[in-house]
Amino acid sequence: MKVAVVQFPGSTCDRDTLYALRNVMKLEADLVWHNHFTDDSYDAVILPGGFSFGDHLRGGIIAAQSSAMGAVRKMAEDGKPVLGICNGFQVLIEAGLLPGALLPNSCLKFVCKWMNLEVENNESAFTCAFGKGARIRMPIAHHEGRFFAEDELLDQLASEGRVVMTYCDENPTGTSRAITAISNEKGNVVGMMPHPERASDVSLGGNDGLMVFKSMMRWVEC
Amino acid sequence: MEPVYSVEVIISNKPQARDPEAETIVRDLIHKRGFDAVKEVRTGKLLALKIQAASEDEAQHKAAVMCNDLRLYNPVAHSLTVRVRK
Repeated sequence: MKVAVVQFPGSTCDRDTLYALRNVMKLEADLVWHNHFTDDSYDAVILPGGFSFGDHLRGGIIAAQSSAMGAVRKMAEDGKPVLGICNGFQVLIEAGLLPGALLPNSCLKFVCKWMNLEVENNESAFTCAFGKGARIRMPIAHHEGRFFAEDELLDQLASEGRVVMTYCDENPTGTSRAITAISNEKGNVVGMMPHPERASDVSLGGNDGLMVFKSMMRWVEC
Repeated sequence: MEPVYSVEVIISNKPQARDPEAETIVRDLIHKRGFDAVKEVRTGKLLALKIQAASEDEAQHKAAVMCNDLRLYNPVAHSLTVRVRK
């Protein structure tokens, strides 16, 4: 399978993600500059973390309107795995591919730490290799990651099984119902604040993130 | 030549969305320094636009349409105010 990692001006986790895909997962993966990303024949696409377009106005809003999103939207409609990590999650929300909002953390600080997470939904394109309710560890590193939605939407996401991961033990960003990853209705589009690429080797502190990429491979093979 | 109007776009959190920056301003600055008459603060982002239009109403309408089309605010979390500055 072949994966695209879309690079925006201000992306900072693009090469880490590429390394995890190529060197650890042994997948064919391309880093594609956003203006050149028109090829929706990739099997999966990842929007990496960082500060696309300097986070001007609001994290993700400018990247969400870049020309790359045409192909991303097409792949999402075709049921292919589409993952937004951190800033990529913000881009997917601002592009309307995922619901809700990501507001500045309630503590008003950039929070960078390893978090205990629970896999609430193990049927999405990026969690189908985990056991249901699996407790895992991945780091977060963001300032605008407080997932917010009003109760009606939160209830809907819960009843439709679209809450993919939640924080366990603590909620340092004040995110609604401890939610840190959600999916679309079909489960092929996932946004997550934790960084799987930063949890892709035990020398980094853990490798639970590899199961996110293994899930993507399993989803494509099925 | 149509006149140019000053239009203000204000993007702020909906009442349901906590505004921690405002909470800090009230708690650690305003109330701490004795301005107890202030009961609430909400922060927001101001975009000061200059828009060429036939009338005030049209300038306001153009700004509102743009804000919606370009999703300058996220309707899930934000409320939007568009007003022409006199």
